[in-house]
Amino acid sequence: MALASFSARRVFRRLTEGIDGTLLALSLALVALGLATLFSASYEQPARVTSQIANLVVALAAMWVVARIAPQTLMRFAVPAYLLGIALLIAVALAGDVVNGARRWLHVGVTRFQPSEMMKLALPLMLAWYFHKNEATLRMRDFAVAALLLVVPVLLTARQPDLGTAVLVAAAGFYVIFFAGIGWRVLAALSVLGLASLFPLWGMLHDYQRRRILTLFDPTQDPLGAGYHTIQSTIAVGSGGITGKGWLHGTQTHLEFIPERHTDFIFAVFSEEFGLIGNLILLSLYALLIARGLMIAANAATYFARLLAATITLMFFTYAFVNMGMVAGILPVVGVPLPFISYGGTALLTLFIGIGILMSVHSHRRLVQT
Amino acid sequence: MRLGELKNHERELYFFQLRIGFAGFAVLAAFALLFVRFFQLQVVQHDAYASKAEDNRISIVPIAPNRGLMLDRNGVILARNFSAYTLEIFPAKVRDLERTILELGEVVDVQAKDRSRFRKLYAEIRNAESLPIRTRLTDEEVARFAANRYRFPGVEIKARLFRQYPHGELAAHVIGYIGRIDQKDQEKLAELEVEANYRGTDYIGKSGLEASYQQELHGTTGFEQVEIDAAGRGIRTLARTPAQAGNNVTLTLDIKLQEVAETAFGERRGALVAIEPSSGGVLAFVSKPGYDPNLFVDGIDPASWAGLNSSPDRPLTNRAIAGIYPPGSTFKPYMAMAALELGKRTQKSAINDPGYFEFGGRRFRDSKPGGHGYVDLYKSIVVSSDTYYYQLANDLGIDAIAGFMGKFGFGSRSGIDLEGEATGVLPSQEWKQKRFRRPEQQKWYAGETISIGIGQGYNAYTPIQLAVALATLAANGDMYRPRLVSYIDNLRSGERRNIEPALVSRLALKAENVEFVKRAMAGVNKEGTGARSFGSAQYSNGGKTGTAQVVGMKQGEKYDERKVSERHRDHSLFIVFAPLESPKIALVVIVENGGFGARAAAPIARTVLDYYFLGKLPETESAAPVKRGSTPAEQVEEEESD
Repeated sequence: MALASFSARRVFRRLTEGIDGTLLALSLALVALGLATLFSASYEQPARVTSQIANLVVALAAMWVVARIAPQTLMRFAVPAYLLGIALLIAVALAGDVVNGARRWLHVGVTRFQPSEMMKLALPLMLAWYFHKNEATLRMRDFAVAALLLVVPVLLTARQPDLGTAVLVAAAGFYVIFFAGIGWRVLAALSVLGLASLFPLWGMLHDYQRRRILTLFDPTQDPLGAGYHTIQSTIAVGSGGITGKGWLHGTQTHLEFIPERHTDFIFAVFSEEFGLIGNLILLSLYALLIARGLMIAANAATYFARLLAATITLMFFTYAFVNMGMVAGILPVVGVPLPFISYGGTALLTLFIGIGILMSVHSHRRLVQT
Repeated sequence: MRLGELKNHERELYFFQLRIGFAGFAVLAAFALLFVRFFQLQVVQHDAYASKAEDNRISIVPIAPNRGLMLDRNGVILARNFSAYTLEIFPAKVRDLERTILELGEVVDVQAKDRSRFRKLYAEIRNAESLPIRTRLTDEEVARFAANRYRFPGVEIKARLFRQYPHGELAAHVIGYIGRIDQKDQEKLAELEVEANYRGTDYIGKSGLEASYQQELHGTTGFEQVEIDAAGRGIRTLARTPAQAGNNVTLTLDIKLQEVAETAFGERRGALVAIEPSSGGVLAFVSKPGYDPNLFVDGIDPASWAGLNSSPDRPLTNRAIAGIYPPGSTFKPYMAMAALELGKRTQKSAINDPGYFEFGGRRFRDSKPGGHGYVDLYKSIVVSSDTYYYQLANDLGIDAIAGFMGKFGFGSRSGIDLEGEATGVLPSQEWKQKRFRRPEQQKWYAGETISIGIGQGYNAYTPIQLAVALATLAANGDMYRPRLVSYIDNLRSGERRNIEPALVSRLALKAENVEFVKRAMAGVNKEGTGARSFGSAQYSNGGKTGTAQVVGMKQGEKYDERKVSERHRDHSLFIVFAPLESPKIALVVIVENGGFGARAAAPIARTVLDYYFLGKLPETESAAPVKRGSTPAEQVEEEESD
């Protein structure tokens, strides 16, 4: 009896080895909120909730596997993953499927796959590896190489065209460079350069991308076109008030005024039904998750693990901020899902792999130093 | 070295942790920004957004009322509604109109005619919510579109009530037609402050009684509070105020009589008005050629429109109220009336007619060469002596004539319940002064008065004016405003509103004078110019023929019908009332370019009266049912001396 309980505990210990309870609890809390919101948003198609639960099972399994892989092992995947990502992006450009006027998808067997999604992890992995390798002799030249490694996938993604993902991939690369310790002065110079390059960049943008940006400043200019999303989502958020309209009682949601209400605009549903209090809870959960991630990064054992953990954590923040800002009408409408909440298998998988990496970094924080 | 490396390591970690701290601070700042935005939306501006969300939820959908029916005096339906499916495009919701129309063609039959009609409507009605691309879809087309609906955002099938005029061209100018509300209609509705009641109404009366009784026929718009989605589709009805159908309008017109009259006209152009003298009620009202008002209901296609609009026959003009014609010799009974009333002539006053009247060195010819010899007032009407009336006009003077004729309604609008009535011209010194600009033109010349006496010169009246004058004479001076509507039924309340006869004036005419003129008019149809058509009538009646010159004849020139192009031929007129004692009908016929009044107009009048009094339908459908056999031989020569 005592033996049985002892061995059961051992099995449990073995199974939960490397799993960080805090991270798991926070991310599952977010997923729970997401499923509740998804249920409300998918009243006409309840199968979405079950399918999201299936996605979750797969994502958790991936997390479990990744959490047990040491960062050193992960490092080995960096170059192949990056090169594969670049190859796939080129393949998409040459032979991808066109959906909604953009060539983003690649047919893999029976399913379609977005290589740019993969780049969100592969690029930070690659850059972290690169900086780690040259840790001892980090010079300006290395930052230039890193910038080049960043620019290639970003440009390939941007010309699909998928500006949203391109910006996110670029952000991920930038975070690595930032945490790698690029000088503040260089950073300032780069910002000025970046601002200056906005003008020629504007000329390269597609009409619909320009419209989206312009509509941000005045959504009423195009109320039935590009501004429609923003107008309806801000109405949803604003009408939610302090306490919200209550779960399943959002009129904007249930009368189908919110477009893409289970994916990119699910926050409008959440905010309408749970109000300012709900938003505060959501922000707090994200803040705690990010705090935990940054803490893990600060205590990471290696340069590589540090950069990777910090970057992944800031990516969670970036997704959440850009998505909520977009729904609340202070950021342009870009295709960014709300982490852990939005419906979608790929995004959930990427997120939990990220969580898995953080857990791995955390559990291996002392291995090298001893 | 190793120490330095280690130190470097620690320093590096320190800098990294500094940056982590910086990142954490940035995250907090960003989340604070989001929180401020949430606070702004959800607390500060909550009320505004809440009401916006509420607006999104509930839409007030107007329910257009069913338009009232139009019936003739015997309850025969003249205008009704039927339900049909239309395919409507919401231009605001469609990105590429042309492509949508093109693709719709793959699903339902869209012809060039439909496309051009749609474009015409789209150009005319700028802020229309939806416009039909196809009307009267078949069930199969409805099913086919429903299956392909996902391909066409902004295109919907609507069940609509359409107006239908079962009698087609018959009485088209009376009934009129409805059409899409355009900018001008909207302005008019705004002026009347009834726009709210027209939310949801797309059609409005454009002409005829459809236009003049628009407010009666329209009804009251109902409202439905509907919960809708972003695509504008109703999910469920929250509250409903039903629409109230428009009132049914019953006419004084007898559609059978109308049909007889129009058939008698055949292909000829002209007008006919028949009035009940004791009430002003219009029994028949013809303007030829007509048109099919059903063409206008869906929005007329440009080809049909161009055809109607550019036809030299001007089928869209309502000749009975807007056509102006010289009355010709039908003016003479009123001239005789004036002479008696004003004391210029007695019943016995006679002249010797040499066939012309000389004035200022100019000869005014009688239509009968050599003249009628001894002519008294009675004979002047019966044989239609021009010389007699040249002289009479000269003796009366233009202002006396104008003053007297004005009382009979000549030269002023009758006030009939139709829009677009013309005024005509009652010539007088004052009129001429106003009409012309140059002083030498403004002066009235005495010579101009002469031809006024035989209904020529500046005389120009509408057929409805002639009919009102005749009805007034027939009713011994009681003038009623002509009207087409008898009563209006409110189906909801069951209330019937009678349109009471409106006595405009009661002319103080001496009974003996009225009797005399009526007797002379009876003579016209018994032994005079009208006898050929009315000699055999089985009811008492009185009439007068008239021939109105379209082009002036030069001095001494003889009018030869064969030499004059068809459109320059004289107009043929005939006026008749019956029976002599308390007349039931007063009728005016004008056949454009029909030549002598006795020839073209009088037979039509006879056909109509025969049906009215005897229920007799014309024996043939032929356009000119002239009964030559019944014409006394000795009166044939009179025919030409109109």
